[in-house]
Amino acid sequence: MITMCLAIPAKITSFEGETAKVDFGEGVSREVNISLVNANIGDYILVHAGYAIQVLSEKDALETLKLWNEILDMAE
Amino acid sequence: MVQNLKFRDSNLTKQIVKKILKLAKPMDLVKICHVCGTHEWTITHYGLRSLLPANVEVIAGPGCPVCIIPAAEIDEAIQLALQGVVILSFGDLVRVPGSSLSLQGAKAKGADIRVVYSLIDAVKTAKKHPDQEFAFFAAGFETTAPSTALELLNIPPKNMSFLISHRLVPPAMILLAELEDLTFDGIIAPGHVSTTIGLKPYGVFPTHYGIPTVVAGFEPLDVLFSIFMILRQLKTGVFQLENEYIRAVNWDGNLKAQALLKQVFHVADGKWRGLGTIRSSKLILKNRFSQFSAYKKFDIPLKKGVDLQPGCKCHLVIIGKIKPSDCPLFMKTCSPANPVGACMVSNEGTCRIWSKMSFSK
Repeated sequence: MITMCLAIPAKITSFEGETAKVDFGEGVSREVNISLVNANIGDYILVHAGYAIQVLSEKDALETLKLWNEILDMAE
Repeated sequence: MVQNLKFRDSNLTKQIVKKILKLAKPMDLVKICHVCGTHEWTITHYGLRSLLPANVEVIAGPGCPVCIIPAAEIDEAIQLALQGVVILSFGDLVRVPGSSLSLQGAKAKGADIRVVYSLIDAVKTAKKHPDQEFAFFAAGFETTAPSTALELLNIPPKNMSFLISHRLVPPAMILLAELEDLTFDGIIAPGHVSTTIGLKPYGVFPTHYGIPTVVAGFEPLDVLFSIFMILRQLKTGVFQLENEYIRAVNWDGNLKAQALLKQVFHVADGKWRGLGTIRSSKLILKNRFSQFSAYKKFDIPLKKGVDLQPGCKCHLVIIGKIKPSDCPLFMKTCSPANPVGACMVSNEGTCRIWSKMSFSK
């Protein structure tokens, strides 16, 4: 079923104006509107109902893992 | 990226679950509320409740944007369709029950209702058929509303109008926090809504209501770590707002999207199915966009809708007061094939998620 509420990460492979071609992985690609974000080729974006709503930075993704590891290493 | 960065590492899962068990052991019953259908999906799909100790309960709040649309707004879309206007709708919306019919039911009776993946496709369809009137059913929270604002600012085709049913999440969370007969000890705040609104609006929950609040992502580990973070706050007694979803959410949110929302919409009190009227929770079009309001363009009779069918307990499920399996209709007269309540319809609805993945706990 086509649902609106799920947001899915995808990688921008090319863009022209406000429309970007993105790769969702596993062979799925689609055109999405990127006017709500400042994104470039190679960036990972969060796609929601055909619009990019946020850029996911690899640096911040690594920060997440850092946060997790800090929690796990924490003395109790 | 997900695979490379080990967001689903089983070793990490084992370690954090061990930490949660240890931390929760001396605690009384801890109730943690989330307000996002996608979080409920992650929790049930990955069986996270079965990993948690018996005294840590995760309950689902009003996180499904189609479940909370009042029946009257579905009825109005049907009225419009019966006048010959083509309704363009997201897929999960067409099966939501109105007072007597869903959009899908109206379609079976001859109304022209079409499912679109995106507003982009809706605009394309309207442009392709300039002699036909189209109305886009604009539902959704802060994640979806910016795209509606964007297309309105781009000037949609003349034969296209909008039924605006957008709602805002933080006002509903405030309502939950103020409910006297519902208590919970922590909030997992919705990750995708937060990409738009940022962390700022949640500050009130720890400071004013004394509820530990963590914005979380949607991988199973995101949810488990956010549960740990809430338990840690409960243990130390220092209640604050924490961000677990740092890869997508920052303090300010998406400022571009917020600016678009401000240009196009006013905020007004709005009705939520099962919750009543919530202050400052609904978006309405500003006057300069009124020519795109389906309500202004067409004569739609406004009637009071029937939000709850007899026996349906959706209103208690969406505030997390009961579990779907506590409802007498659940998987008996109400099932995904024949939904009675809105919560059984959408993939984001708690009853629907439970019907597919879990019946207990």
